[in-house]
Amino acid sequence: MAKRVGLEVSVAVGDAAKLADVDVVAAYPITPQTHIVEHLAELVANGELRAAYIPVESEHSAMSACLGASAVGARTFTATASQGLELMHEVLYVASALRLPIVMAVVNRALSAPISIWCDHSDAMAVRDSGWIQMFVENGQEAVDNVICAFRIGEDRRVLLPVMIHLDGFSLSHVIEPIILPEQSEVARFLPPYDPPLPLDPEKPVTVGAFAPPFIYTEVKWAQEMTLEGAKEVILECWREFANTFGRHYSPVESYRTEGAKVLLMTMGSLSETAMVAVDKMRDEGKEVGLIKLRLWRPFPFAELRQAVRDAEVLIVLDRALSFGGPGGPVCSEVKAALYREARRPEVVGFVGGLGGRDISMADFEEMVNQGIKLAEAGSEREFEIFGVRE
Amino acid sequence: MSGKLIEIRWHGRGGQGAVTSAELVAQAAINEGKYAQAFPSFTPERRGAPVLAFNRINAEEPIRSRAEVYRPDIVIILDATLLGILDVTSGLKDGGTVIINTKKSVEQIRAEFGINGRVATVDASRIAQEAGIPAVNTTMIGALIKATNVITFEGIKEPLERRFARVAERNLKAMERAYQETVIRE
Amino acid sequence: MAKAKVKPKAKAEGELSWKEIEIGCFITEPGNATEFRTGAWRSRKPVVDFSKCNKCTLCYYYCPDGCIAKTPEGYFVADLFYCKGCGICAEECPKDAITMVEEEK
Repeated sequence: MAKRVGLEVSVAVGDAAKLADVDVVAAYPITPQTHIVEHLAELVANGELRAAYIPVESEHSAMSACLGASAVGARTFTATASQGLELMHEVLYVASALRLPIVMAVVNRALSAPISIWCDHSDAMAVRDSGWIQMFVENGQEAVDNVICAFRIGEDRRVLLPVMIHLDGFSLSHVIEPIILPEQSEVARFLPPYDPPLPLDPEKPVTVGAFAPPFIYTEVKWAQEMTLEGAKEVILECWREFANTFGRHYSPVESYRTEGAKVLLMTMGSLSETAMVAVDKMRDEGKEVGLIKLRLWRPFPFAELRQAVRDAEVLIVLDRALSFGGPGGPVCSEVKAALYREARRPEVVGFVGGLGGRDISMADFEEMVNQGIKLAEAGSEREFEIFGVRE
Repeated sequence: MSGKLIEIRWHGRGGQGAVTSAELVAQAAINEGKYAQAFPSFTPERRGAPVLAFNRINAEEPIRSRAEVYRPDIVIILDATLLGILDVTSGLKDGGTVIINTKKSVEQIRAEFGINGRVATVDASRIAQEAGIPAVNTTMIGALIKATNVITFEGIKEPLERRFARVAERNLKAMERAYQETVIRE
Repeated sequence: MAKAKVKPKAKAEGELSWKEIEIGCFITEPGNATEFRTGAWRSRKPVVDFSKCNKCTLCYYYCPDGCIAKTPEGYFVADLFYCKGCGICAEECPKDAITMVEEEK
């Protein structure tokens, strides 16, 4: 029987990689991701995990080592955050284009300067065009479950793409909470061995990462796009199978108390849990407010999002990243784009907040809803609002 | 939110083990079938600097809030020298409990620092020293158990053994002694 | 160069649909660069005067394309399917046995 234990979420993420029986871990430590790779290094050193742990001199090298490992057919895991993810940037595109199903836990942290070790989603948003599957989790259990799912999704022959699991730095990574770790045997049944179609093999040589002139590059990129879009079906299938096996359900867009809600709040990541408590309070006070939680970020779940918000009058989107000089928050601008062609759609109000670890409390969410309703009625000159900034 | 949620704030200095205490308390509560969180105050760790750690415990419902703890039910102070430099009772709920590692009596603490309401004191530094353990953090869990019923000795045993292995017994003894010696004034 | 999963020469790369691209654009026929006629890049070709050649092998070692091979008689000649006409062999030959001759008739 799987046991419910009090574990630090980072340690549990490392344990999830162990349960997935990874062959190679190549990672470079960076706050707040450090505990994940420390734990994996320890598991390998203690002989509890039969895997190669490759110490590297930078995140660029970490991801490069992951490319090689995955290309020979090793189940490969890494983790990073913030500047580390940025240093990997160019290699991320290679991983997705070479269709290597590396799984990476990204412990979301703000980007420098000034140096901030605290959470926001600037790092995740900066890599949204890199061709990886990206999903956000709200708590430790979701992190464990989705690391396991990530291998199954990524390694599926219909997908063969790398996957990032985004968990918020500190507010998730450093929290000790109850987590159910599935049994190794259950995971082994759920997650078949990785069987790459074209592994690097001296007996059957292939050329990887060759040169592509203009006459073929577009076709290659379109094939990649079609695969990423198509991955959604496999993700849904995996989550259905996960629910059947382990009893926990996941969807690309999740609704909380949205029945008859005229006003919807939309969040991503660990703040969603606090937002749920705020929605409970507002519902108790008779306010018709619900919550939409975006779990799947890439591929973007257009149909599910449209369906989830169609009956609302106001949709208030909270972004934890700022697209400088642009439309404000990346999530809000994509939500607006997704609704552009809809005849019936809510008024969308975008807030950017929770930057660099700034806490958003239950009271803050209530305030955001009140402000959002006013802005939706009165209209605004601005493309988006910044939440909680001191004038 | 239901009234069943208990929030704890730990005050210590870097290296005194406030974060470890919070971890052990959460693990004990989870072992007892409750829902619990433990988390540090998300700052770079510096030995000697004032640090915070937090717990949320709910015996019946899963805990969803991930915001910081603004209104603790219980404040635990591992180092009495912090009383003079920090407002340790900041945000403490009415009817909340303050638990202090100090040689002084509750009456002296009240007179000197103006801490009203429910206060518990114990000389955990002496107990820990006599037990041969280098930090007061685990000892103070004994005072927490005495002053509140958030966790039990039964629940703390396994996390303590997991964490301290050979020296778990010594920690448990100090905890039990602190439980005996803690003085509570309403 | 990027190649298709379809059989070689069934379709030129420039005619492939996106559906026909190999996973990750891998090339699954190892060494298919040998099919590539780099000799088409050449406007001058090396011609060897065997009466001057002392079989010293320098042209063989200097050829940047590795397209010079030994004949049964022990002389060295370039494979014109690959020779790009760079002239390095002629430049390096200590006996001036190699002459670069215009391809244009």
